[in-house]
Amino acid sequence: MSKSMGIQARRSLMDGITYILLGLGAIIMVLPFLWMVATAFKMPADQYTKTLIPSPATLANFRELWVNLPFPRLMLNSFWLSTLNVIGQLLTCSMGAFAFAVVRFRGRNLLFTLLLITLMIPGQVALIPNFIIFKWLGLIGTQVPLWLPAFWGGAFGTFLLRQFFLTIPRDLAEAARVDGASLIEIFWHIYLPLAKPALAALAIFTFQWSWNDLLHPLVYLPTDLKKTTLTVGLAFFQQQLVQGGKFTVLMAGALVSILPLVIIFFLAQKQFVEGIALTGIKR
Amino acid sequence: MDTSGIKPLGMEKFWLGVLLAPTIIGLIFGAFGSVLATLLISFTNWDFLRPPVWTGLANYIALFKDEKLLTPLVNTLKFTALYVPGVVAISLAVAILLNRKIRGVGMFRTAYYLPVVTSAVAAALVWQMIYGRDAGLLNFIIEKLGFAPVCWFCEKNALISVVIVNIWGAIGEGMIIFLAGLQSIPRDYYEAATVDGADAGQLFRRITLPLITPSIFFMTLITTINSFQAYEYIYMLTRRGQGDSSVPVVVFSIYRNAFNFHRMGQASAMAIELAVIVAALMLLYFWLERRYVVYE
Repeated sequence: MSKSMGIQARRSLMDGITYILLGLGAIIMVLPFLWMVATAFKMPADQYTKTLIPSPATLANFRELWVNLPFPRLMLNSFWLSTLNVIGQLLTCSMGAFAFAVVRFRGRNLLFTLLLITLMIPGQVALIPNFIIFKWLGLIGTQVPLWLPAFWGGAFGTFLLRQFFLTIPRDLAEAARVDGASLIEIFWHIYLPLAKPALAALAIFTFQWSWNDLLHPLVYLPTDLKKTTLTVGLAFFQQQLVQGGKFTVLMAGALVSILPLVIIFFLAQKQFVEGIALTGIKR
Repeated sequence: MDTSGIKPLGMEKFWLGVLLAPTIIGLIFGAFGSVLATLLISFTNWDFLRPPVWTGLANYIALFKDEKLLTPLVNTLKFTALYVPGVVAISLAVAILLNRKIRGVGMFRTAYYLPVVTSAVAAALVWQMIYGRDAGLLNFIIEKLGFAPVCWFCEKNALISVVIVNIWGAIGEGMIIFLAGLQSIPRDYYEAATVDGADAGQLFRRITLPLITPSIFFMTLITTINSFQAYEYIYMLTRRGQGDSSVPVVVFSIYRNAFNFHRMGQASAMAIELAVIVAALMLLYFWLERRYVVYE
């Protein structure tokens, strides 16, 4: 009896320590967001006050984003480009993944190995030749370089979807085959509908990367605030607004820029978690 | 040859080609063709105005002789040496704590994951306020606790300050990967060992640690790749006048040489340098994997 009490007491002690450690960590993780929200609603004159509740609170910073800065335009650009990237990745990665997972063809393993190797090539290696090609094509200064590459597949998405396709019983495809279904029909009517969770995960990741990307828009559309993305816009305003002493407007901009992804995250936590786990452990 | 799978018949061979076409185009433009092109450009002097001039290994020699090109490499290596162990250790610790059967796991998981979905640009803006020397939140707290304020972006501190923010932004992803790994360890193992009288420390060393090695391996691998590509926080937090950085890393330097100075050859040599180091580290990791990683 006394021994089990001891175990009980130790267990509650460990639970307590766990809560304290996790709680402290969580505060550090969340504090920057709280600070962002607090500052975004403060008057510019109060930008350095150290309070979490703005008093007086104001919406003037958001009005400034909309009226004086091209914020709606930048958001629209980011949204449009991210959507195009999602469409491109879903389409082309699922095509490749289906071929690798389901179709028998010569050189399949070699091609797939080559694809996996590219996971380890830093993307920056492709940056210069791609820039040169887009320059030759006269596409610098347009949005094309920011969405076209999404339409040539990619190791991450193809790998993620292939892993998922492999969990779908092959019998389904073979039964459909006996009934005279073509490859494309099997792809479209069996594999794509069954792969919705994996497609959702890839869509979310692609949207996230595209929405948050800074390097590529900085290379291809560094100064044109009519065409460029939210990230480039924020980086551009950073220099202006910090000098002008308007951290409040900057925080309002930062808050608005992260809101779409935070909302998607809260709605689709399961897809985030499962998507990472899918690429992480089922190797 | 792997003979599983459905065989394409007649016209379907054409459709197979259609299915694979984007991937093959991507392998050429996005990957291997680009590596080859970058390699070729790296042996030249090219500013886009005049035709490229073959300069042999000059760009590579400059990588080690020119201090402006050596500093980014040193910074990147220092960054990696701090960032990779930091991310792996902290996210593993968080995952182990979260894997205890406690209430509120979902809430904690959300809190730790939030920075991952946030753009580095937006997060960097608020970190800039937190790190501020005179009016920053962090120094405000430090002074309240009775310590002297810290200049977070002065010479020696800048790199560490940047590493802290990058770790903050990456813990969430590692946590999820480690949680998945921890949850795949069968509960029976712990029960059987407990019956045999093992204590918590032994359970961790003999069961958890060996069986989590595949996740540690995978996390170390992707964190290393990410580390060599870290760019956004550094660009946002360490920018100085004329587009320079107080903590230039290799990717920053590639961008700057190529698109600010139009030194395509030099930038390409740096890109190749980056790829070679990453490749060498991957080989090392896979060698270590064979020796130390336990697969069931």
